[in-house]
Amino acid sequence: MNVKKIKVLIAKPGLDGHDRGAKIIARGLRDAGFEVVYTGLHQTPEEIVATAIQEDVDVIGVSSLAGAHMYLFPRIIEILKEKGADDIPVFGGGIIPEDDIPVLLKAGIKAIFTPGSPVDETISWIRNHVG
Amino acid sequence: MFTKTTVERVAERHQEWDKLLTKSLAKAPERLERFSTVSDEVIKNIYTPEDISDLDYDHDLGFPGQFPYTRGVQASMHRGRLWTMRQFAGMGGAEETNARFHYLLSHGETGLSTAFDMPTLMGYDSDNPISLGEVGKCGVAIDTLADMEILFEGIPMDKVTTSMTINPPAAILLAMYIATAEKKGVSRDKIGGTIQNDMLKEFIAQKTFMLPPEPSMRIIVDTVEFCTKEVPRWNSISISGYHIREAGSTAVQELAFTIADGIGYVQACVDRGLDVDDFAPRLSYFFNAHVDFFEEIAKYRAARRMWARIMRDRFGAKNPKSMLLRFHTQTAGCSLTAQQPYNNVVRTSFQALSAVLGGTQSLHTNSLDETLSLPTEHAVTIALRTQQIIGEEIGVTNTIDPLAGSFFVEALTNEMESKALAYIQKIDDMGGILKAIEVGFPQKEIADAAYNYQRQIDEGEKVIVGVNKYRMDETLKVDLLTIDPAVERRQHQRLAKVKESRDAARVEACLKAIEDASRGTENLMPYLIDAVKAYVSVQEICDCWRKVYGRYTDPGMF
Repeated sequence: MNVKKIKVLIAKPGLDGHDRGAKIIARGLRDAGFEVVYTGLHQTPEEIVATAIQEDVDVIGVSSLAGAHMYLFPRIIEILKEKGADDIPVFGGGIIPEDDIPVLLKAGIKAIFTPGSPVDETISWIRNHVG
Repeated sequence: MFTKTTVERVAERHQEWDKLLTKSLAKAPERLERFSTVSDEVIKNIYTPEDISDLDYDHDLGFPGQFPYTRGVQASMHRGRLWTMRQFAGMGGAEETNARFHYLLSHGETGLSTAFDMPTLMGYDSDNPISLGEVGKCGVAIDTLADMEILFEGIPMDKVTTSMTINPPAAILLAMYIATAEKKGVSRDKIGGTIQNDMLKEFIAQKTFMLPPEPSMRIIVDTVEFCTKEVPRWNSISISGYHIREAGSTAVQELAFTIADGIGYVQACVDRGLDVDDFAPRLSYFFNAHVDFFEEIAKYRAARRMWARIMRDRFGAKNPKSMLLRFHTQTAGCSLTAQQPYNNVVRTSFQALSAVLGGTQSLHTNSLDETLSLPTEHAVTIALRTQQIIGEEIGVTNTIDPLAGSFFVEALTNEMESKALAYIQKIDDMGGILKAIEVGFPQKEIADAAYNYQRQIDEGEKVIVGVNKYRMDETLKVDLLTIDPAVERRQHQRLAKVKESRDAARVEACLKAIEDASRGTENLMPYLIDAVKAYVSVQEICDCWRKVYGRYTDPGMF
């Protein structure tokens, strides 16, 4: 019996070019058996949502390291809602100050992984929350 | 450096010691199965004259200020003048950053270093929808000359040198700096500073890109040509390994790809018809100071020797100044931890010490809170004091290149050099750095190294104190700097006002002139200076370039 692979979109919203973390997560998830789509850099929230819908992904991971997460992450949730695609869970990672985390969770981001989180933590979270 | 007899005698003693060691290890083994640097280079248990038996003092080391400059680029090094203490600063609007500049200068900093926000770095104005949420966040927002005039208010531009970390729109910001200085009555031949202007490492690592590689290189060569003639104290390119390392490369890769980029720029300028000795003295380098103390020192020493030989032998430079690898260093941002953040002060101190022992010309020490946000005034003061303690308290600057002659450091220096040269050969075989970037070679090598390192951390093979070992529940919190959202609104208002009050016909004429020059072969710099003086914005000029040249987009490899 074939088990359908969980399909993950790893996305880099905004103008920030720090893609080390996003690429490590993308590769780690692929090695762990997920199907991974990586948007590449400099995506608008609109573009990310469009890709997520077009690729029919099960979950979206967004990464930001240049301080614009408080605008960009909630904006992605808003657009998902507008498009009726808010069943796709979104998790985030990057340089996210602790005080911002509850605000982002309240805005609908399901989990935040900050620097120092092992790749395995993200993998288990996806396995437990998606699919 | 040793006679054959000495080396033979050492080899005999080495064998005796090996036996002794074997006995000792039979009782208690070593702590680790494998000892390696943070870059995963295996390190032996001991280094002796055997490891550097071929090293020739005269040929490979020489004296500071003498070829091949392994021991330093100036004769007197830090006994003559300490390195420039240059803290990277920029946040919010020009007003806030100007205040930080004055604060740093009044506390003993000796040069300025400007961080721009993401929209400025990418060539967008603050009022572009794509800039939403990013204005002033990770640096200062600059749209037009009006912002630049505020940024340098009260700064003596003929005395203080300024580094600007800017890449795709580097030529525009240089034009603004020249225009601002000239408005204050300081002529362009009197200003000193640096623009990063290094697009090759953007394609490789930092990914702040705008135009395709070819036109990017053309604009860079224009700035080099212009500075050589008109702004003689300006460092036209800061060839940067810092971001390559932050993207996850090894130390050898940082060294190799950065010098390969340097070769790419020199070749492009020579191809334009410039004389290597006219422009090369104004190229400078920028390296990372990561956590592996000796590996970093070896890297800086190897870099100087490699560049000196490349410039003399490959490019036929005659002027000794063309052969000098002068460099700025920044401690490794990626080594900082959000966990137990005060430990970052210690990490940064060791990293800064390696840069100083490696002979740096200027230094930025990261603040303890920079893994979380831009630094607060309190945190940046500790970072600056760290440099002052190294320079004036602990005695390491009393003598020049104190680690020279260390069996280990010299052997490691040789090893870094030979491994980096092998990479450069490979890149030459591919047809040069632009071709290598096109096929994603350096990008792939770096991604592999980053992934390997992350795996080693996850498996506990590499220790990060407070992260994968010695963790604790933390109650300690550091105060963070936040950027007031009012900055974005103020920036929109200022830009609107500038656009309303400027001479629209002049703006249009300037943009037309830039477009024509961009399609042709004339040097762009004079047109850019005219345009910024007419308050044409960063984005207006960049839009013109995007129209002429097209954009570069991320191939998204992982």
